[in-house]
Amino acid sequence: MSTVTLDNAKVARQPLVSTNSWYEASARQRVEGLLDANSFVEFIGPEMREMSPHLALFDLPEQFDDGMVVGLGRIDGAPVLVAAQEGRFMGGAFGEVHGAKLTGLLRAARDMASMPVLILFDTGGVRLQEANAGELAIAEIMRALMEARFAGVPVVGLVGGRSGCYGGGGLIAGSCSALAVSEQGRISVSGPEVIETNRGVEEFDSKDRALVWRTMGGKHRRLIGGAEVFADDTIESFRNAARYLIELAPAPTLDTLEAEQARLAQRIHDFGDCADALDIWRSLGASEPETIPALSYEAFVALADRLQEPRHDAR
Amino acid sequence: MTLDKILASLFPAGHDVVRERGLIAGQGRLPDGGAIAVIGVEGQTPVGVEEAAQLAGNVIEVIKSGGNEPILVLIDSGSQRMSKRDELLGINEFLAHLAKCLILADKLGHRTVGLLYGHTAAGAFIATALATRTLLALPGAEPAVMDLPSMSRVTKLSIDVLKEKAKSTPVFAPGLDNLFQTGAVAVTLDPASSLADQLQAQLSRPAERDDNRDQLGAERNGRPKAADIARRVYELARASV
Amino acid sequence: METLNYRNKAQQRAKGTRRQAIVGVVASGNLEVLVERILPDGECEVDIRTAAEGFGEVWQAVISDFVERRSPGGLKLSINDGGARPDTVALRLAQAVSAMEGERT
Repeated sequence: MSTVTLDNAKVARQPLVSTNSWYEASARQRVEGLLDANSFVEFIGPEMREMSPHLALFDLPEQFDDGMVVGLGRIDGAPVLVAAQEGRFMGGAFGEVHGAKLTGLLRAARDMASMPVLILFDTGGVRLQEANAGELAIAEIMRALMEARFAGVPVVGLVGGRSGCYGGGGLIAGSCSALAVSEQGRISVSGPEVIETNRGVEEFDSKDRALVWRTMGGKHRRLIGGAEVFADDTIESFRNAARYLIELAPAPTLDTLEAEQARLAQRIHDFGDCADALDIWRSLGASEPETIPALSYEAFVALADRLQEPRHDAR
Repeated sequence: MTLDKILASLFPAGHDVVRERGLIAGQGRLPDGGAIAVIGVEGQTPVGVEEAAQLAGNVIEVIKSGGNEPILVLIDSGSQRMSKRDELLGINEFLAHLAKCLILADKLGHRTVGLLYGHTAAGAFIATALATRTLLALPGAEPAVMDLPSMSRVTKLSIDVLKEKAKSTPVFAPGLDNLFQTGAVAVTLDPASSLADQLQAQLSRPAERDDNRDQLGAERNGRPKAADIARRVYELARASV
Repeated sequence: METLNYRNKAQQRAKGTRRQAIVGVVASGNLEVLVERILPDGECEVDIRTAAEGFGEVWQAVISDFVERRSPGGLKLSINDGGARPDTVALRLAQAVSAMEGERT
């Protein structure tokens, strides 16, 4: 057992059961599994007790790290900055301290311009009890993220946790250089309940899990071009995806955003009249779109690569 | 102030701003003779995939035209359009794209200024008003992350309870005062004075290199921790290599 | 929210050289325990912030039992509790000490 100094305390949440599932893992387990062993150094860890100053007003318990773990680690020996959201604390939602940790990390990445950033999303969006601070954090994160990307820093997002990547998290994800998403992952701005409340259950039954996943889930996002890589629900698969995507992230220019403009306009043109994901998948060339949700990881990846080659120059 | 009055006060020297299907586009002339591109959303129109794409396209046109014409974003929007179709089509990418275009435009010398004169909320707020470098507002503007009735439904606290709690903090409830205090809004303009002069004055101020909304939030006691936490993580990260 | 604090004498120092560890997550029915090796060998302190008020006696019982079974000398355990049941609390306390002693489940 190694000696650990106070300056270099490596903090890992103990698993209830050792798990290889990304979905089941805690934020800290994901960080630990993603990075080279013993390489992670946390910035403002839980022992600093920098918690939310706003939850007490609502009689809600705080978490020592405010549900966001940020720090520096290595993947295959190469340094990488990492941010991981704990989806089970306040639904992984962005609060003032939670968001500021990621803002600071991205600003540092921008100014160092020497290592990529991995964002492990697991969020329901903005934390309502701190809504204005959360909303501002999202905007500040997006700006810092883009500044980092302009400086040549790849910012890769990983989506596969139980809270998904909702609300403002979805906008941050859309700002990343690239995304990997698993079947369990969901990316969306408005949540299922909100759509149902606004538009009626006929348009969107939030309790219809199959509908939710068809509309917002990882397979659909991969097929429609909302994510570059479809990952298996394992830590190893996400690690491989991260390594792969880090290499493929050029700094964005006007050309990139023009290409994205064209890509998105084309999407409206091609699928703007589709009523359901099944129609979109059929339109893409899937002969039996209703079988896609049940496809295994390998079968789906093969199909997706056949139907929709991911682009790496238009995000 | 109505949009007509706002445009008249902003551009007594002339403008060619067109309003169509809830979106605003065109160009105005500033007191010093310079031109400023204008885009925006009016009538509390929700920002869906089409709206985001159109606004982003306008921003790209400004970037491609070269020079350093500033961009004014006028905002009286709804939230993002909340529909199955918009989510199916990946509205997160569309809204992010709009924000990215504004951020790139600013970086390439087209200073971005928002003028919130009406409502905005949630994803639309982030992609329009908060994607500008400097956000101005007019009294009567009503920015929100989420309206209180919806917040009440989700948190299972009554609206009265939320209003009571909102008296002691600006950090969650809607309203211009709260978004000013937390640092979202830089300056609230005076509707009784020339908006043209006030806009010109804002544009004459040296541009902040860094996003300073968190510092504003700290100075105004609206966000006591954000700037400090961000700075400390920044320093720890930089010291770690 | 309620804050509770318990100081106990521990029979012996918790094994291992680990300086700190953290277990659990703050969620409904769950809790987090931050454990720091910062006290004299024979002492143990448990600091609790909980949303479930009025359970001081239950906490006391769980903690006394824990101190006797695990001898967590030298450890300060800080808890943020989301309303966990006593058996979950006991589990997390045990996990926290195991983490400090170098044992992984």
